[in-house]
Amino acid sequence: MTTVARDPATDVDPTPPVEKPAAGPSRHRFRAAAGFALGAALLFAVAPLVLSDFRLSLLAKYLCVAMVAVGIGLAWGRGGMLALGQGVFFGLGGYAMAMHLKLADAGPGNMPDFMMLYGQLDELPLWWRPFASPWFALPATVLLPMAVAFVLGSLVFRRRVRGAYFAILSQALAAAMVILLIGQQGTTGGTNGLTDIQGFFGYDLDDPVNQRMVYFIIAGILLALLALTRHLMQSRYGELLVAVRDGEERVRFLGYDPATVKLVAYVVAAGMAGLAGALFVPAVGIISPALIGIVPSIEFVIGVAVGGRATLLGPVLGAVAVAWARTALSERFPGTWTYLQGLLFVVVVAFLPGGLASLVGLARRRTDGGRRPGPLVRLRRSRVEAG
Amino acid sequence: MTLFRGRRILAGAMTLVAAAALAACGSKTTDANTSAGVTADVSGDTVKVGLLNSLSGTMAISEVTVRDSIMLAIEEINAAGGVLGKKVQPVGEDGASDWPTFAEKAEKLIREDRVAAVFGCWTSASRKAVKPVFEKNKALLFYPVQYEGLEQSPYIFYTGATTNQQIVPGLDYLKAQGAKSLYLVGSDYVFPRTANKIIKAYAEANGMTVLGEDYAPLGSTEFGTITNKVKSAGADAVFNTLNGDSNVAFFKEYKSAGLTATSMPVVSVSIAEEEVKSIGTQYLEGQLTAWNYYQTTPGAANEKFVAAYKAKYGADKPTSDPMEAAYVSVYLWKAMVEKAGAFDVEKVREASDGITFEAPEGLVTVDGATQHIAKTARVGKVGADGLITEVWNSGDPITPDPYLKSYPWAGGLS
Amino acid sequence: MTVLIGQLFTGVSIGAVLLLIALGLALTFGQMGVINMAHGEFIMAGAYTTYVLQQVVTVAGWSLLVALPVAFLVAGTMGVLLEILLIRRLYARPLDTLLVTWGVSLILQQLARDVFGSPNVQTRAPELLTGNIALPGGITVANNRLFILALAGGAVVALTVALRVTPLGRRIRAVVQNRDLAAVSGIATARVDRMTFFIGSGLAGIAGVALTLLGPIGPTMGTNLIIDAFLVVVVGGIGQLKGTVIVAFGLGVLQATGEYLTTLSVAKVMVFVAIVAFLQWRPQGMFTLRTRSLA
Repeated sequence: MTTVARDPATDVDPTPPVEKPAAGPSRHRFRAAAGFALGAALLFAVAPLVLSDFRLSLLAKYLCVAMVAVGIGLAWGRGGMLALGQGVFFGLGGYAMAMHLKLADAGPGNMPDFMMLYGQLDELPLWWRPFASPWFALPATVLLPMAVAFVLGSLVFRRRVRGAYFAILSQALAAAMVILLIGQQGTTGGTNGLTDIQGFFGYDLDDPVNQRMVYFIIAGILLALLALTRHLMQSRYGELLVAVRDGEERVRFLGYDPATVKLVAYVVAAGMAGLAGALFVPAVGIISPALIGIVPSIEFVIGVAVGGRATLLGPVLGAVAVAWARTALSERFPGTWTYLQGLLFVVVVAFLPGGLASLVGLARRRTDGGRRPGPLVRLRRSRVEAG
Repeated sequence: MTLFRGRRILAGAMTLVAAAALAACGSKTTDANTSAGVTADVSGDTVKVGLLNSLSGTMAISEVTVRDSIMLAIEEINAAGGVLGKKVQPVGEDGASDWPTFAEKAEKLIREDRVAAVFGCWTSASRKAVKPVFEKNKALLFYPVQYEGLEQSPYIFYTGATTNQQIVPGLDYLKAQGAKSLYLVGSDYVFPRTANKIIKAYAEANGMTVLGEDYAPLGSTEFGTITNKVKSAGADAVFNTLNGDSNVAFFKEYKSAGLTATSMPVVSVSIAEEEVKSIGTQYLEGQLTAWNYYQTTPGAANEKFVAAYKAKYGADKPTSDPMEAAYVSVYLWKAMVEKAGAFDVEKVREASDGITFEAPEGLVTVDGATQHIAKTARVGKVGADGLITEVWNSGDPITPDPYLKSYPWAGGLS
Repeated sequence: MTVLIGQLFTGVSIGAVLLLIALGLALTFGQMGVINMAHGEFIMAGAYTTYVLQQVVTVAGWSLLVALPVAFLVAGTMGVLLEILLIRRLYARPLDTLLVTWGVSLILQQLARDVFGSPNVQTRAPELLTGNIALPGGITVANNRLFILALAGGAVVALTVALRVTPLGRRIRAVVQNRDLAAVSGIATARVDRMTFFIGSGLAGIAGVALTLLGPIGPTMGTNLIIDAFLVVVVGGIGQLKGTVIVAFGLGVLQATGEYLTTLSVAKVMVFVAIVAFLQWRPQGMFTLRTRSLA
């Protein structure tokens, strides 16, 4: 899809691409379409047939995690920003959705049950009110996280705070958000979070048929996000992003603004996390601070690392595999899971930074016919600059 | 210059989503009763029950002991011939101290393993997370921990104390001792905040003043400021609803500040024998706790329970209130099933009223209306040996009143 | 007034704890750029060392004194092992060290659970350190806090002297300022890295001993503190100790004041906002080390 195969760090010629060879891209597009169709068949036809209702609802939950993973893959694998605060955006999306559903459950003019129990409020707090309208709440699940990411990202990237600093700040943000939510129990549900969500836009969530519908929506949106990400990765912007990751200074000298390039990926990743959080709510029926702190934020990353951070499908497959392994193992050996999770981090990141994708060779195929060096070849950066 | 190319894929994907959403749109029902409950699998010569406790994560500290005592009860019941002639087969799950995981595992126990009842949960947050799951599937949960009240689910039996069986008697005791002012210290979550609301209402009605109220985030171990505030307020007593690790830091700080059990006693409602062991008697000796059961509670039933527990898990393992309540909950379930003559959830619920059991804490009676149990309240003092000895009890078992309806001062609370 | 002075002391002592934890990080993170998430578990190792020693040396005062050097060695050795086995391969990928050491910290926590059990364990503090000193005006100063303040002060002085005067310190500074040039000048940079890691991790062990006087000793005791400590180093600026010292006490006092005026939750959020604002103003931290090494 790209014009000429050159080192991505230097290949940022702002002029429009020259005519490209016909055979390559069309074959590429065919392969992508075939893969897409296969994924759709698996998610829409095979999974609902072979899985029980319970397992299907678990899969829905995993697919939400996979959505976050797609975003992390973009920001971290392609953009070099280790987004360790994705829990925050997941939470923002989730709470926005849950607030709307709670209000809808309570009915117009009523307050959610927990507010009267814990908050003893006489009326709905001002900042809850807009969420009564789906026209506000639904866009907010995506736009709110994106806005927060935009503010934080523009503050941080413009000042060229990067690498380790950025990772630590993200974690601190996650911690601060949890403390804030828990402290305002009367209006946020505190540690309990928002639970007992009954309906989803008029559909009763207790009904297995409707649970299935939620699963289909999640699977469909995940596929759409994959298409969007593939599209971003293959665009000129995608190349610029990789270039910024591998040589921020060089990109700057070439006249681009690396801060903006990074910001776009970061904000998109935040939007995906928000969407995932929003869909998690009807799938699982709960959103709580336990899902957005430092620990879950880091756990989002492990699936991405396992699958292959710089690839398109790696993060999705990795996230689903890790989440599935967690359920399967913790059902049998609770203590062992912690060891295994720890080992996964150590072994994959230290010894297999390309993830499982680098084993299969997916990474090579993902790029333009293997003419360009794999996207993960250069993660090197001087430690003084990064530290 | 265009940065993006080929909108077709995107458009295609969007169509797909729309199509999927339309195709999958299911039955639009608002009546929750359409989804039938899952019936337990009792076809074989065993009956499965679920055990849902955190075996990993921060809550593992407490919940593992509850799991142990449930297992003990099941073993004893099986040795005595099981329930309705069927051996009880425990299916354990790890809640991992994570509330959504609790919900997921509860669903698994009910739907995949088709258990007859589930025993477990500790924190209010985990109970709130699983409550809709049990109600939706019409399955039974036995919840063994003292909690903040204001709840009554038809599918949960609460075998720990509600507020009028622990906090209110604790306050009665302080009042009888002549305490005129209180300082409230708690962890930042549902139980302490609700408990403190009740305490404030009680204080107002009983001529006591609350001089301050402070919350520390769960797991917080920095109590310099709170202790400073407590000390300068100079209350007659401190009511402590801190949870877990925070207690250790709080009592160490408390002692360093020169505060003692005689100068300003602390009444705790989340410190049982197990916690005393990990905080250290150096810091706790003489402080008060409010519960329904102590390892030292007299009676043959308790002697048997303590001996059996120590024989199974080690002589250095103490028994505590939540462990006892969990142990009792298994026996109560057995009694309900036997009275109903079936494992069927609705029949078990109908049979529950008036069931009594000679528990280690004394006689307990199930109140069918609230699905709580009548228990005796006790206040105890931590001794140098790490055990808690009773200094006061309510005499008769107190009838559970989760919404405090029989207390006029609590009118505005629920 | 009494309360305010008491509060000031509380702030300073929060700062001392932060400093003690952050000091090791100032070496491993500040000087070497390694984000070691297992630092908290080295603190835990120090605390458990105190616990184990107390089973052997039963007089609380002595066991605490013995624990200080032993915990330094235990945690330091763990640090060196970690450096040799894993971190050495990852110097070029600082963000990946974060994830790898996070995995290590999970494993160490579970190991502690399996060895010592999930419940917290208790140590007896020497009676001397559980009391307090009454100053005129009704102000009391807790002895354990004073001890930790002294310990933190001692560690800072020892570390400063070590970095300034000793041959090892000179080498560490040389490597931090310009690794390539140091290597060219005949310094075995790999060995210097290992020693730096040893000292940094060892300091975590000492912090662990100190924390037994204040809080719980359990598998997860390190995780609560580690992010705060990292923030101290980030805001303090890399490559310098004075930034870490100033910021540790600054944040301690800020948090104590905030907590006194509002609540602990709000104070924590305030501190975070203050840090983000500060990094807007000085993205490289309070003090930066000017280096001539490229990029």
